[in-house]
Amino acid sequence: MAVPKRRMSRSNTRARRSQWKATLPALSHCPRGHVVRQHNACPTCGRYNDRQVLDV
Amino acid sequence: MPAPTKGARLGGSPAHQRHMLANLATALFEHGAITTTETKAKRLRPYAEHLITFAKRGDLHARRQVMRVIGNKSVVHELFTEIGPRYENRNGGYTRITKVGFRKGDNAQLARIELVEALTVGQSAVAEAERARGTQFAGRKAPTGATAEAAADLAKESPTAAAVAVEAEEAKAAEATATESEATEAPATTETTEETTEGDAKDA
Repeated sequence: MAVPKRRMSRSNTRARRSQWKATLPALSHCPRGHVVRQHNACPTCGRYNDRQVLDV
Repeated sequence: MPAPTKGARLGGSPAHQRHMLANLATALFEHGAITTTETKAKRLRPYAEHLITFAKRGDLHARRQVMRVIGNKSVVHELFTEIGPRYENRNGGYTRITKVGFRKGDNAQLARIELVEALTVGQSAVAEAERARGTQFAGRKAPTGATAEAAADLAKESPTAAAVAVEAEEAKAAEATATESEATEAPATTETTEETTEGDAKDA
């Protein structure tokens, strides 16, 4: 099995980890003004396309 | 070679996948709507709609083909007596998938798949109006009978229905004049009469 010959420097570790980034979700507002993910039923009022799909 | 099924493979083996789809379809027909992962919902949609098509046919052979998939006889009965007849006027598109957020634990996208409602009189009228207006699938066609009546009733509510109502009246008037002119022209020339009747057939 392959084993590292040298300890990885703190600098290299941090340079690698600097590429771990979160992406913003695509958000918009439902007709009643709640913030929702696009193409998803509104988690607050449970409606999508003026149709009740969730029990809230 | 047959085309592979669209969408993700489910479960670990073909048998597992068959069982999952059958169980999902059974649950859908039993409850009318189920919440599952988006992947499973997308695989279930064509599968369930195929079973509903069997239910619309409604004969013994169709029932036996459905019984191969759904083991629960009461669910099969409900499918053939209630769900199938409900979609008499609908050509496909019997289910609706709505995304409803993410599952705690594995953050999987959840979706609610439900059987859609039967078409109402108004919806059928609008659909026929769309056909009458002329699309890529159907030629232009003046509305008659029940559609004309429904359009007249709904004329105040929707502009589409109003347009259809006007068109229906025009078609009726045109037909009346055509029959009158045929009566007068008939003895003179037969060829022109044939042309007018052909034109009427296209209009009607």
